[in-house]
Amino acid sequence: MTFFRSPRAVPYLLLLPAIVVILSVVLLPLLVSFYSSLTGYNLTKPATLTQFVGLRNYQRLLGNEDFWWAFGRTFLFVTITLNVEMLLGLGLALLVNKITWGQRTLRTVMMFPMMFSPILVGFQFKYIFNDAVGLVNNALFDLGLIDQPIPWLVDGNLANFSIIFAEIWMSTSIFAILLLAGLLALPKEPIEAARVDGCNPWQVFRHITLPFLMPFVYIAMTIRSLDVARAYDMVKIMTNGGPAGRTELLWTLMTRVGYQNSQMGMANAMGYVSIVLSIVFTFYFYRKLVGARGFMGGAQ
Amino acid sequence: MSRHGTIEKPWQRWLIRIGVFVAMVILCLPGVWVILTAFRPNIEVLARPAIWIPQQWTLDNFARLFGYSSEQQGLPVALYFRNSLVISLTSTLVAIVVGMAGGYAFARYSFRGKATLFLGFMLSRTVPGVALSLPLFIIWSRIGLIDTSWGLILVYMAVNIPFTIWLTDGFFRQIPVDLSEAAQIDGCTPWQAFWKVEFPLARSGLASAAIFAFLTSWNEYALASQLTRTTASKTMPVGLMDFTAQFTVDWTGMSAMAVLIIIPALVLTFIVQKHLIAGLTFGGVKG
Repeated sequence: MTFFRSPRAVPYLLLLPAIVVILSVVLLPLLVSFYSSLTGYNLTKPATLTQFVGLRNYQRLLGNEDFWWAFGRTFLFVTITLNVEMLLGLGLALLVNKITWGQRTLRTVMMFPMMFSPILVGFQFKYIFNDAVGLVNNALFDLGLIDQPIPWLVDGNLANFSIIFAEIWMSTSIFAILLLAGLLALPKEPIEAARVDGCNPWQVFRHITLPFLMPFVYIAMTIRSLDVARAYDMVKIMTNGGPAGRTELLWTLMTRVGYQNSQMGMANAMGYVSIVLSIVFTFYFYRKLVGARGFMGGAQ
Repeated sequence: MSRHGTIEKPWQRWLIRIGVFVAMVILCLPGVWVILTAFRPNIEVLARPAIWIPQQWTLDNFARLFGYSSEQQGLPVALYFRNSLVISLTSTLVAIVVGMAGGYAFARYSFRGKATLFLGFMLSRTVPGVALSLPLFIIWSRIGLIDTSWGLILVYMAVNIPFTIWLTDGFFRQIPVDLSEAAQIDGCTPWQAFWKVEFPLARSGLASAAIFAFLTSWNEYALASQLTRTTASKTMPVGLMDFTAQFTVDWTGMSAMAVLIIIPALVLTFIVQKHLIAGLTFGGVKG
């Protein structure tokens, strides 16, 4: 017991409550999840929790067409939204950076979408893209551009477009605000030196501004990849995976299999795939962030 | 002349202004439209052709939510609101205390396994809520935590602790160690030095960490939707989803509920912003 009284124990004691909470509410459930993914657990038959089936759930996933569609769609969804958000966020940050009067107000306005929870963003666009009462169709009608309502959330391709639009609306601000912070911290001397040496604005941007901004890009990417799965809330309220599974993402498919079809073992196997996907994305950007920071000589 | 010394031509300046204006309209319009809908009568929202400029203002949608209207038996929104508030506040309070202790340990001590532990906390945050809800549903059902406020409070604590540790670690690291050491030379115990010197300096940072944690819990849907069942523990986002189960979509009612969810978020985000600016200007550290 002397260890607990020594000064060496202080950091461990300070961290103890946090460790206990994470172990019991995250790590233990993850172990249960992994175990149940190796069983044929069905919610309606509690006894099946001990029915060990090895890797059969994973094998069945690999041969399941619905799973691969959802997996591919999720991967595409994440890739498209992160890239578009980054480009739009960069554009917006560069524009706002040029404005000197009222910039602080603009920054506050830019934070507006960040205040909306994903479920609210989903509801908002479910309303705005609604074919009968939605803002978009109403506007197109009154401008005389259409005479039939466009089924934004009923047609498969349009529904995917609407969901991607909603996600981009929700998260572009995060990139814009972080990149604007980067632009404000940008040192002036190298830019002036480059200009004296005869660089044009594009060269200045390409070789000085952009490398300086990269750590900020990766911070934003890391933060975003931490919570990509919140797209679940949005899809749930906007289309619930429909029409006919055309907007089904890994996350919505998982709950359908687990809670509605009661195939908990299978759902947990899918859960593990999604966890690995999230960790890989986050880890990739985190490594990039560490690398970019080293390149900048420790710039935050 | 702009910040970086480039001289723009007038037409370029106007192009920039128009671009920013269009972007801001796109960012604000959808939310503003929902907020407007919450104060309009249903007939006006459903009208064909569309009525663009609200003709009539009403608070009836809110009255309906809280059951003060003969028109329709509303959802128990008052209970949902209470649950959301109790669950978010309690989990935030605990997460801040526990997270602050952890963040302080990471900022001020070097110890074995530090880097691994930090990475472990961060990785625990990457687990998608939906994926975590599956095993939690199994365990919570067996130990009787399903559909209780405590069940959800525990989960939100775990969700918020890693991020709080990350933030507070940063805030404490910005405070020079010398200050606490000086206080201890002057006769303070480490405990007193923390509360009298370091805590007050980190206060605005802690406040913004608390607001982040509160908003995460307040807005959370994926876990809440699976771990709650009845009015005993259902939160506002889950309640909003209840509307879609009804036969016809009640757009004005849903918008009113959306406004109830967004108001605390609006106010708190505004405060965070002020705290962040205060934190930056306070960086000079006045004794």
